[in-house]
Formats: sequence, C-alpha cells, structure tokens
Amino acid sequence: MTENTMAKPQKFFLPNPYAEPAHLQLQGLACSRGLRLLFEGISQTLKGGEALALYGANGSGKTSLLRQIAGLLPADIGTISFGDAPSHAPSHTPSRRVHFIGHADGLKNALSVGETLVFDAALWGAPKAAGNTNDLLALLGLKNRAWQAVGDLSAGQRRRLALAKLCLAPRPIWLLDEPMTALDEAGQQLIDTLAGEHLAAGGMIVASSHVPLGFATQTLTLGAST
Amino acid sequence: MSVFWAICRQHVVLAWRGGHATLAVAFLFIGVTLMPFGLGPELALLQALAPGLLWVVLIMALLTSLDRVFQADYEDGSLDQMLLMPLPLEFVVLAKLLGHYIALVLPLLLAVPLAGLLLNLAPAHLPMLLLAMLAGSPALVLLGGIGASLAVSVRRGGLLTVLLSLPFYVPVMIFGAGATKQALAGEIDEARLAILGLISLASLLAAPVAIAAALRNAVR
Repeated sequence: MTENTMAKPQKFFLPNPYAEPAHLQLQGLACSRGLRLLFEGISQTLKGGEALALYGANGSGKTSLLRQIAGLLPADIGTISFGDAPSHAPSHTPSRRVHFIGHADGLKNALSVGETLVFDAALWGAPKAAGNTNDLLALLGLKNRAWQAVGDLSAGQRRRLALAKLCLAPRPIWLLDEPMTALDEAGQQLIDTLAGEHLAAGGMIVASSHVPLGFATQTLTLGAST
Repeated sequence: MSVFWAICRQHVVLAWRGGHATLAVAFLFIGVTLMPFGLGPELALLQALAPGLLWVVLIMALLTSLDRVFQADYEDGSLDQMLLMPLPLEFVVLAKLLGHYIALVLPLLLAVPLAGLLLNLAPAHLPMLLLAMLAGSPALVLLGGIGASLAVSVRRGGLLTVLLSLPFYVPVMIFGAGATKQALAGEIDEARLAILGLISLASLLAAPVAIAAALRNAVR
C-alpha cells in the first residue's frame, strides 16, 4: 500500500484490495419458496468492475437471488462460483468474499453510532489503515452523530450507518438489497460514489432496485414471465 | 482471534445495557426468598433442600435471558451478517455464548453464595457449591444455546427454548445437586465434579456445531 492513497481522507479503499481473480458466475440458478417457483435459469457472469442491477416486481425473488449469492440461501438448482473457486452452492457455505446489505440492517439500538463503527471494524477484521472514525462518519453523512444512540437514528441514517462495513472491510462482491430505499438525494449520491469507487477498484456489485441504478453495467429483470 | 473477542465484547456490552444480568440476579433472589414461605421456616429442612433449590433457581434465572441470545440477532438481521463474518459460524456462536457467560452467569454465580446463606447454608459449604456450579454452568449455557437456536425463528419462542433446554439440563442437575449435597456432609465429591466438568467439555465441543447448524437453517 502506498502512502499517498492513505493520506486522502475520503478514500477508504486500500489500493487493489481484491487481489484474487475477480469474477462471479451464476449458472442456471433457480429458487423456490414454498411451492412457488420464483425464478429459474438465471445465468449471468460478472467481471471485476461490473455491476448487475436486479429489477422485478415485489415477490419476484430479487432478495432470494441476493441471498443465494451470499450463500445464506442454498441454490435449489444451479451453481454460483467466485473466481476460479468451485461452486459453494452444494456445501451451502457462505462466502467471505461478499458483503450483504439487506433490509434488516443488523444494527444494535443500544450502541452509539461511534461504538457501532468501532465494533464493525473489529467484527469484519478491518485493516488498521482503513481510515479513522470521524472521516468515515463524515463520508456517510453522519458527522457529529458519534454519540447518538443507533435507536434514535432515522431510517435513512440507519441505512447510511449500515454501509459503514463496505468501507471498513474491503470485499470484492457487494450484494445490495434495494440500497436506495429511505435515502435522500445526498444518500443516493453516496451510494453512487461508493459503488463507483468499488467498481473502479475492480470490485463487483449485484444490487436490487425499483429505481434505475446509475452504476449498473448489466441489468436483469426477474419474474418477467409470470 | 480479534474478531472472536470483538463478538464476545459486543455481546457483553449489549447484554449489560439490556439489563439482563440485573433481572436474572433479581429473579434468583426472589426465587430463593419465596422458598421459606412455601417450605416452612425450619432451618434444618431448608439446609437439606438448599443444593437442589439453588440449582433449580440458577437454571430458571439463566433461562430468563437465554432465549434472547440468538433471537435478537435473528430479528435485526445480524444473524445474516454473522454468517458472512471472517470467522466460522461455530466460533461466532462460541464467542457469543462466552459473552453470555461473562455477562450473565458470572453475576449469578456471585449472587449464589448470598442466596445460599438465605437458605441456611454455612459459609463452609459455599466453596464446594460454587465449585460445582463453576464446573456445571458452562454446560447450562452451551446446552441452553441449542434450545435457543432451535427456537430462534419462532415468535415468542422463550417458552419453547425452556422446553427444549430442560431435558438437556437433567444430567447437570443430578450431578450438580449431588456434588453440592455431599458438600453439606463435609465431603469433597471429586467424582461428581469431574463428571460435571466432562459434561461441560463435551457440550463445548458439540454445542457450537449443533447451534451453528440450527442457525444456518434458520436464515434460509
């Protein structure tokens, strides 16, 4: 890592954090919930620097697909592979290469914003050089909120705070479930900025959304047939 | 390793702020103070029953909070994140249970001698009582965690956790109360203590695997 990259206060990504071959491949994925088949035959390949936008009506399986890629939900049929590594789908082992930001943000109401960041950094094994807390708060638009309890934050502010781990621990694949929900214009811009930096660094993003995502290089609409 | 301790520390902080320890200790004392009203004030009788009563009340006090160990994480989405952390889920589970032990069981064990005195145990009996509880209590948390993880996706699963955990507690209860009873006779029951320790060690090996499997199933 070079000195000048770390000196920039806004830059939280280490230079080339994604050393492994950047490549995400979905082959013939299918998912059913209960007796309902949500989708089938999903095949898509993402290379480093590419982002896939998932569109589709409510209940079309966007979240399920993201959870399958994260390894939280086993794929009924089909495989998911990262780089040259074999598919993890049959063994159902979640990957340490993804960040998943879902609707349930996993934030603890009893902690303060500052504590959340400190714990996040430790829980995700953030590299020491990952920028300091105040810079990160400023980046997320939560400046001077370090002492506020997470339980007192608004929905949009929680959303912003949940993004912190994306900056703290670099992982090549981001899975974002409707990232724009509850965010104001500045917040949506923040997502665009973070996503842009991530893609520029060779990362990949799969994001579901109901609004067009500016950073997407590919799109996939689920449930078009039903 | 630092991830392990961070998970443990976070659990301690959250349990402490949630007031679980205070509640559990209060529960312990209320349970113990009610006993003489039900059993009568005969000191000899209370002392004879004290080992069993203390173990029962300890288990009940522990179960007041055990159902929330993983359920809070399930509800707020932390469980998804736990599966993605740079540490196998088995160790994440172990870190959380260790945090639970520190935040809850240690305060309870500190309160037990005082509760014992209320049941007419002599100060000389207390070291043995504590030793038995120290040997057996890890098993209580670990085995209770299995119940908690199975009931994690059930709304108001607290009672279910209790129902699932109690059968596992029977051996700990038998040997724990047995060892404590021997202490009343002035003997050190090494065999029962060793068995308690064995149960704790065995659950240390088995419980995290079982809990992790149950949790993986719950997030699907």
